[in-house]
Amino acid sequence: MKVTIDGISLDVPQGTTILQAARMIGPEVAPPTMCYYSKLKTSGGYCRTCIVKVTKGSNQNPNPIPKPVASCRTEVLDGMEVQNVTSSEVLEARKGVVEFLLINHPLDCPVCDQAGECHLQDLGYGHGAASSRYEFKRREYEMIDIGPHIKLHMNRCILCYRCVKTAEQITNGRVHGVMHRGDAAEISTYIEQALENDFSGNVIDVCPVGALTDKTYRFKQRVWFTKPMDAHRNCKTCSGQVRLWLKGEQVVRVTRAKMPGMKWSPLFAIHADLIIKKHRIGLLKVPLKFNGIRLYHKTITST
Amino acid sequence: MATTLLLKHIAVPGIKSLDVYRNMGGYASVEKALRTLTPNQVTEEVKKSGLRGRGGAGFPTGMKWGFLAKPEGVPRYLVCNADESEPGTFKDRYLMEHIPHALIEGMITSSYALGARKSYIYIRGEYFYVSRILQHAIDEAYAAGWLGENILGSGFSHDCYVQVGAGAYICGEETALLESLEGKRGNPRIKPPFPAVAGLWGCPTVVNNVETIAAVCPIITMGGEAYSKIGIGKSTGTKLISASGHINKPGVYEIELGLPVEEFIFSDAYCGGIRNGRKLKAVVAGGSSVPILPAELILKTAQGEPRLMSYESLAEGGFQTGTMLGSGGFIVMDDQTSIVKNLLTFARFYHHESCGQCSPCREGTGWMEKLISKFLSGTAHESDVDLLWDIQSKIEGKTICPLGEAAAWPVAAAIRHFKSEFLELARNKSYVEINHYKRLQPVS
Ligand SMILES: Cc1cc2nc3c(=O)[nH]c(=O)nc-3n(C[C@H](O)[C@H](O)[C@H](O)COP(=O)(O)O)c2cc1C
Ligand code: SF4
Ligand code: SF4
Ligand code: FES
Repeated sequence: MKVTIDGISLDVPQGTTILQAARMIGPEVAPPTMCYYSKLKTSGGYCRTCIVKVTKGSNQNPNPIPKPVASCRTEVLDGMEVQNVTSSEVLEARKGVVEFLLINHPLDCPVCDQAGECHLQDLGYGHGAASSRYEFKRREYEMIDIGPHIKLHMNRCILCYRCVKTAEQITNGRVHGVMHRGDAAEISTYIEQALENDFSGNVIDVCPVGALTDKTYRFKQRVWFTKPMDAHRNCKTCSGQVRLWLKGEQVVRVTRAKMPGMKWSPLFAIHADLIIKKHRIGLLKVPLKFNGIRLYHKTITST
Repeated sequence: MATTLLLKHIAVPGIKSLDVYRNMGGYASVEKALRTLTPNQVTEEVKKSGLRGRGGAGFPTGMKWGFLAKPEGVPRYLVCNADESEPGTFKDRYLMEHIPHALIEGMITSSYALGARKSYIYIRGEYFYVSRILQHAIDEAYAAGWLGENILGSGFSHDCYVQVGAGAYICGEETALLESLEGKRGNPRIKPPFPAVAGLWGCPTVVNNVETIAAVCPIITMGGEAYSKIGIGKSTGTKLISASGHINKPGVYEIELGLPVEEFIFSDAYCGGIRNGRKLKAVVAGGSSVPILPAELILKTAQGEPRLMSYESLAEGGFQTGTMLGSGGFIVMDDQTSIVKNLLTFARFYHHESCGQCSPCREGTGWMEKLISKFLSGTAHESDVDLLWDIQSKIEGKTICPLGEAAAWPVAAAIRHFKSEFLELARNKSYVEINHYKRLQPVS
């Protein structure tokens, strides 16, 4: 199927979304995303940062789509023409979305563990306005402990539903979800029940902002002072692909390794990108000369 | 002469019961359809009738039925949208409360056309007492053989269920309704797929408004052709209008589409004019989400032609000078009404009812409400009007479901036609009394 994005054409297989096609072309035309997470089913569509304009629907039906569409959830049709950065309308609308995402955000980046690897920071930097037009009190919630290892800082949440989908798709027995509605909506676990599942720590990794943070790492370090190193641990339950964050020789944080283009074994197809609690907690504080770990790359500089 | 089809027998004592309803010619459409027509012929009649959805969007019903996917071995469903929560709209309640069998009859006839073995009536939680009336009517229909196995010996079997919602406006949006019906959180789905392909439990589903389904009965009884002669142009048939506001006779009226707006407001057969001898200031013609129009534009189009109660005439002039028929919630305001105060009521509603899935609606609806409340607290600046305009424009069309538009349109229209009222409030810094309203003051 032929699709043209910002004047650049390429052929993609059926079922490719506009976002995937744009990413194949390159970062210049790929729309920014906040809520889409490629490994999760039915993710995306919520934040509206990735909206683009479809100026020609397809060869069969060349009419434009009247409203902007979420590129992460819209599949390409043959002959489709899309405008992203070439449309001032799209850029203006995106600026609006960024503003909406920020009006109730506490902007407590100086004390936020996510700072430096926060999608919202990057988005605001790349697409937002320098000052806020919002003059009302920001939404505030109490911080909540969900289980011994996870802290929920609802003030920072952008309701991207990524943690909800993660919990839904990999843990059995739904205990994690959204309560209330509108701008009173909040992430919650069933009566603040701990997320006890082995896989639940992954909600920390999928959270694009600092709403879900790792309690073992809270206020320990700024991420830019730590060095990431990808490693593998043989594991029967999960992919075992971990990223160790080092301060000197010391492991101060463990996250899942995000290695694009990497082939996962079919066994872990659904759990690709996910690691179990054993690694997240167990690998902490171990000096680098540990056992059972195979290092992939020496260091990776970009995250 | 005014034609009435749905409310023709509203004054007949005991019309709520099956016996009286049947005596007045009820269930004739089921008899006619099951005995003499194939399902496709029923759909054809509905297509011929030109019936358009009465839930707000006005989409041709026959065409919607035609889109229903019919894969082998997969059940299909008919779902009736009785979530009626748009401020200013209360016609479905009136119909279900007084003539419940009109809906049940429509459900059976429509289900026959669609090949639906089961159908659901999703009714808003606040209409709990109406759900009991419906359940009673369904029980009566089962006892008389209108529902259940092998109806009228035709081989067609059907079960109809009532499901009560939990009181969320958003569950009136058809895909949120389906989610809620499935027992999930009522968040609208991202489309496509449309319900006609993957609706309730992933099966092909038609969602129709109460009035739409009830209108199928007269269409089948009298024939689609005859129905299409009622009304005007592409606005065929009759429409229930919920009239409220500063009029002498608020209530639900059945009108023939094409009735002049002026006659509807001022004639004694309908609203009976503005109460207390006041003057007409503005009208919201189709439920709170459609653009408000000032008196001169609701009575006459920008071209000076009389405005009619029809899909086309009300929309004449686009949003610049026109509006929409919507769900038929006709709210009339007299010359003492504060447009800004009224707008706050609407804005508060949409803020409260946003599901919170997408950022423009979740964050923008609350922001708009707060800004509007500033005008009434005497703390607004003139530039806040432009900010308000900018915010609504950044919500409109950028959201998953049309609630975003429903929230943005009234704001846009109020500024478009009544900007001077905003500016005056900002200049005079006057404090307007609002009952039971917690004002949200700016912090800086
Ligand atoms: C926020 C929102 C609320 C809605 N509420 C209702 C409602 O209460 N009743 C209704 O019939 N349609 C409602 N609709 C329209 C439905 O989505 C749908 O279009 C309608 O039920 C289709 O029926 P119709 O074709 O018979 O009009 C709503 C739509 C939106 C976006
Ligand atoms: S907590 Fe994080 S992952 Fe979950 S919805 Fe909020 S921002 Fe998204
Ligand atoms: S527009 Fe509003 S109500 Fe509709 S899906 Fe988005 S947040 Fe929910
Ligand atoms: S990334 Fe596409 S809508 Fe959020």
